[in-house]
This record gives sequence, C-alpha cells and structure tokens, in this order.
Amino acid sequence: MTAAQPEFRPEELLSSVIAELIGDVRHVAVGNASPIPATAALLARERGKGRPYVSLLQSRKHNFFTDGGRELFDCAGQGRIDVFFLSGGEIDGEGNVNLVSIGEHDHPKVRFPGSFGSGYLYYVVPKVILFRTEHSRRTLVSKVSFISAPGTSEPNVYRHGGPIALVTNRCVFSFDKAKKRFALASVHPGHSVEEVVEHTGFEFDRAAQVPFTSAPDADALRLMRETVAPELAEIYPQFAQSVFGVKIVA
Amino acid sequence: MAVIASTIESALEAIADGCTLAVPRENSGVAMEATRALIRRGIKNINLVALPTSSLQADLLIGAGCLASLETSAVSLGEFGAAPRFTAAMTSGTLTLKDSTCPALHAAFQASEKGIPFMPLRGLVGSDLTKHRPDWQFIDNPFGDNDPIVLLPAIKPDVALFHAPMADRSGNVWIGRQRELGTMAHASTKTIVTVEKIHDGDLLADPILAAGTLPGFYVDAVAVVPRGAWPLPLPDHYAADGEHLAEYARMAATPDGFQKYLAQHVHDRRAA
Repeated sequence: MTAAQPEFRPEELLSSVIAELIGDVRHVAVGNASPIPATAALLARERGKGRPYVSLLQSRKHNFFTDGGRELFDCAGQGRIDVFFLSGGEIDGEGNVNLVSIGEHDHPKVRFPGSFGSGYLYYVVPKVILFRTEHSRRTLVSKVSFISAPGTSEPNVYRHGGPIALVTNRCVFSFDKAKKRFALASVHPGHSVEEVVEHTGFEFDRAAQVPFTSAPDADALRLMRETVAPELAEIYPQFAQSVFGVKIVA
Repeated sequence: MAVIASTIESALEAIADGCTLAVPRENSGVAMEATRALIRRGIKNINLVALPTSSLQADLLIGAGCLASLETSAVSLGEFGAAPRFTAAMTSGTLTLKDSTCPALHAAFQASEKGIPFMPLRGLVGSDLTKHRPDWQFIDNPFGDNDPIVLLPAIKPDVALFHAPMADRSGNVWIGRQRELGTMAHASTKTIVTVEKIHDGDLLADPILAAGTLPGFYVDAVAVVPRGAWPLPLPDHYAADGEHLAEYARMAATPDGFQKYLAQHVHDRRAA
C-alpha cells in the first residue's frame, strides 16, 4: 500500500529538487534574491544533520564570513565553496549566462542589473546550479546576446567549476560539459516534454522516456514548513509568508 | 587626523565635482543622507565606483544627473525590482558604465591597498565583460604554462564615503565585520564617514572594539548623522525601509515621478 501523495506547492517541489542536486558536500553558498535556492540549501542542511555549511549572503545568522565582501570570492577561489547558484536574464544551450544586456552593450534594448559575481564564481565553484523560474523562449535562448560568464572554457583555461544543472518552473536539465549541451533530466508533475520543447529556445538531448521530477516526500515538506520557513523569514519575509504562511513581524 | 564636522555639508567638502568616489554595497553601510546632501549641493561629473554593487544610491545619483561614469558589477533594487533610473540611462545610452564582476572590484581595491599597480584574478576568460574593458589585460601566467590570467589595474579613488555605527572623538570609526569599508579607506586618498553616534572613549583602547575599528589615521572627516543610511539598512542596527524603497521604485519608474521624489525626499529633507 502507498500513502496518499501529500499536497505541495511549486516552490516546495523546486526546493526539494535543488536540495537533491546539492548532494553531499561541505559548503553551499547562496547569493542575493534567491529564496528558493536558500530554502533548498537549508533543507539540505536539515537532512544532512548540519552538513553542509550554508552561507546565505544577506543573512546575519546564516553567514559566518567576517572578512568583508571579498571573503565569499576568496573562499571560492580556495576551493572551499562546493555549490553556488546563478541565474540569467538569458541562458543558452551551451550554459552561457547573460546578466548584462540585450542589444548593443553601450546602448542596449534591454538592460539587466549586471554580472554580480558570475564572471568569477562560474569558473571556480564545482557545482553551479542554474535556476530560472521563467521557462520561456525569451529566457532560454539558442545564443545569449552577452556572455557574462561562459558555460564551458577552452582546455587551457583554469576552470574547476561550471554548470551541473538548470532548474526551471517546468523541468530539470542536466548539463554535459564535454558535449556543451543540456539534457532533459525530468519534467515536473503537471508538465510535459512537448511543453518543454515548445518553450525552450535551445536544442537539448532527451531520452525516449523522460521521468517526472520526484515530488518532495513528507519528511522534506515537514522540514521546509516547520524548520526552514521560520529561518527564511529573516531575509525573505515576503516569500516565507506567501509560500509557508510565516507571519511577518514588523 | 579626522575632524568631527559640525555639519554634514562641511564634512563632504572634499568630494569635489569630477572626483572618483568609492561607495559600498547596499547592505554594508551606505551614506544615504550624505548622498542626498551631495545632490542638494548640485554635485556634478562624479566617477562613482561601487564596491561591488549599488542600489538606491547609484540610482538616485544617476537620476539626478550627478555622474560622469559608474563602475560596478550590478545596480538593482533587489526585491523591489530593477533600478529604474539606471535602466533608463543605460537603454537611452546616456550613462558611461564600466561593467565589472564583484571579485574584480574587490581585487582592484586590494591592489591600491597594497600600493601595487594591478592584481591578477581567476575567471573572466571568455566573458564578454572583457570586450568592454580595454583597461583589463590578459597575460600568460609567468609561473605556469599556457595559462591565461587577467590583470586588473588598481582602483585608487579620490574619496571613500560610507556610513558606520560609531566613531570616537579621534575619528576612529567602528566598522565591525564590514571589512570592505576598511579596504575602501585604505585604497582611497581621502575617507569621509557619517556615523550614528559618537562613542565616548577610545575605540582603540578596547581590544574587542579595536579589532573592528578603522583607525582615524585613514579618516579625513566624520559627521554624526543618526539613521544616516536610511532607507537602506545599517547591518546589525536597522533594517531597510521596505515601504519607502517600494515607493521609490514606483515613483522613479518615470522621469516626472523621479523629479517628484527628489523634490519630496531629497530637496525638502534635511539631515536630522
């Protein structure tokens, strides 16, 4: 007999998928404006009984850095950050990310905030998980207009890091560094392979049978709702309230 | 030796039109009241360098027409969305921007801190950022073999400006764990700091406080400006004023709305 599948929200599915992708590592760092990766990192820590270390950059509590803004980057350069998250205004089929602009650089049609740490962290963090909830031909393109950071590098370039996966609101892609190409790893419940093909601007590999993304189990849901959500409220009060019903304390 | 200025305006005198001004990231202690005072003064042609990102501060200075150029790795209002005046200036081609990446800015400030002309950095090979940075140079690692690495010229600002929790009467400034504020001061010719309050006593006398103190030796002027980072946060002291930032995002979405914001919150407001 199987128990009835518990109900869950899309954010909970994405967080539990990302927690699986994090795997068994020593240190996960999460940048600004990343509530779902932050949920995933804290969930991974709960399930690992305190492993990995989690550094949430905006947090006072979940952030052990004491050497200023550079310490995150120095720590990554030393090989002491195993997992990081990047997004992009555009992401292409070779894993290149664009956080800068569309059109001419000095007079663009569209301008994004800027590259943040991507021009460095993509090269030195072994497992970079790309995360973009909007899965459309506007965001997932065949070729980015501007490469903030490339998905792969020539063999002589110092490169210990790069993308391992791309998680969207429709599916999970894995990245094959040698082929410079994504493969469809799973499709979220309620979505289909055809829909992913229709809304993806780049070509990707896929098996004849693509599995559904595993739903979060009851334990993961309990940990996210009871333990992780109150911790998130420190830096993502709106998210913690709208997804998990944590009351905002003024 | 630092001077405790009697007014914010007098503390800011060293920030002249056309200078290179270094400011910290949005959650590290941004001197927002000082920024409003500079806009009221009508400051012009500033080369702003954000270590390494900026939010409301850069957006206000761009919208008010105070900048000649901006060097940063990003400008955004975070959860309140894109920085509207930055975005408008970029898409209309009116802002000279040196696009960077966070550790490149940290490293270039560290070069000045050490008094050396450049700093090498990993990453950046194959990034389009380098196409727009003729000042960055690639060399083959002289200690390696066929190993391209980028060299970043030192950034040496004329003035560093930030807001901190407290200073003593000798101009020693307590920055706590916001160590990049120390790097900014070491790298810059002059440093101007606004603080929440004056600490009675010597910050360097107590080893626990001294470890988080920027010595007054590096500081040229201090002004007491309670809530001087508002509406941005001061770490460990007060949070961002989200309601105000949301209002800014709404008003600054149009040029007219931005001018109204300036009139209401910059020109009609004086330091407390």
